Amino acid sequence: MPEKHLSTQFDSELNAVSTRVMELGGLVESQVQQAIRALGQFNAEVAHQVIETETRVNEMEVEIDHEISSIIARRQPTARDLRLLIAISKSTANLERAGDEAEKMARMVLSIIQSGTPRNLPASELRVAADLASGLLRKALDAFARLDTVAAVSILKEDDLIDKEFDNFMRVLITYMMEDPRMISPSLDLLFLAKAIERVGDHAKNIAELIIYIVKGADVRHSSIEEIESVLK
Amino acid sequence: METTTPAASPASKISVRDLNFFYGKFHALKGINLDIPENKVTAFIGPSGCGKSTLLRVFNRMFELYPDQRAEGQVLLDGENLLTSKQDVALLRAKVGMVFQKPTPFPMSIYDNIAFGIKLFESLNATDMEERVEWALRKAALWTEVKDKLKQSGSSLSGGQQQRLCIARGIAIKPEVLLLDEPCSALDPISTAKIEELITELKDDYTVVIVTHNMQQAARCSDYTAYMYLGDLVEFGSTEQMFFKPTRKETEDYITGRFG
Repeated sequence: MPEKHLSTQFDSELNAVSTRVMELGGLVESQVQQAIRALGQFNAEVAHQVIETETRVNEMEVEIDHEISSIIARRQPTARDLRLLIAISKSTANLERAGDEAEKMARMVLSIIQSGTPRNLPASELRVAADLASGLLRKALDAFARLDTVAAVSILKEDDLIDKEFDNFMRVLITYMMEDPRMISPSLDLLFLAKAIERVGDHAKNIAELIIYIVKGADVRHSSIEEIESVLK
Repeated sequence: METTTPAASPASKISVRDLNFFYGKFHALKGINLDIPENKVTAFIGPSGCGKSTLLRVFNRMFELYPDQRAEGQVLLDGENLLTSKQDVALLRAKVGMVFQKPTPFPMSIYDNIAFGIKLFESLNATDMEERVEWALRKAALWTEVKDKLKQSGSSLSGGQQQRLCIARGIAIKPEVLLLDEPCSALDPISTAKIEELITELKDDYTVVIVTHNMQQAARCSDYTAYMYLGDLVEFGSTEQMFFKPTRKETEDYITGRFG
């Protein structure tokens, strides 16, 4: 926020909750990266760490929501302040769900390890999508911290790349399953994992849309890139 | 000035055109242009000295009570410029009623407080008068509290009740426009809530204009909001838009409580 309120206490409350959501974002981001590492190495220990982090993510979500309710009740925020708080609340929910997806990825990695055939799966084909999704989440958090609408639009465009990667991966996986029907069960785990990666990208995209909501007051969900760019002009 | 009235905006009851107002040499309102929508609640907000009460007082020529105060421009009530109108000012004020910041009951009974104004403009028989008094008191959400003590003095009521009495007195003569100048600033939250509830009900029959320092009050009970600063109308739009995404930065700074 560029200018200060008459109430410095209100400023510090808004700053505190903004900082908290960034902390949550950092935690979820590292959780997603860990999940990707667990996948790359089929490492059960790392996968377990991802699952353990989930508890902390959930706690932080509850704490941030409580802070937001308290500010709304006591300050009756309007205009930009109101939009910021609504966006923080929704971003928090998106981050928590991105954390859930990381946890899902970790569980699938464990399930594949238990199936005993991890090395035979085309898991490396997911690398590009996974890095894209994790990078997108990082960019979304950076853009949120700076309220950078230009970066937000580029995130929205990049999310389409992840969706395309996901479609490509599905085709590869289907071919793979047809060639060796014994691998169908672990392949389905890998498919769920790929879906989780794709969902992380979606959550990053949602956060990017919220940045535009804060700055411009425009709800750009379900809008085309062209429509969004015209809002930002 | 930015005007962001929605496309389907209602007909305007009062149209202000290039209005300038002076207290002696002091230029208090500067080229105001504004349309007050009919059967809606319009709130004027802004810091002290911004001209919001001055503007309100032009609407029923209340300023003419004081020397050295003059208004230039046009204020059209249903198309007729009330600043140059030959219409009797008492009749104008019957059409455009006003309630002030501090409750101002007349030193007479609750019943007579209401009946007094009616007698000036209409000759009703006793039954019709009783009906009208009851109607006004019911409309102002005061009837159940005073119906058994109508002969008691108006000043025996609590502050919140006195203010509702003044509103009842204002609507008893069936005005078309009701001007409220900080009607709740001296009231507790319960009385305030009752008056806000009343304002919402009144707009079915009247055009209501309210001046308030309490921004949340404007947000709660108005349909349109005008933000004024140093005699200028900075922004006018639907209350929802003004409190969610004002167009002007000055408006946003004011309503979010930032230094302008």
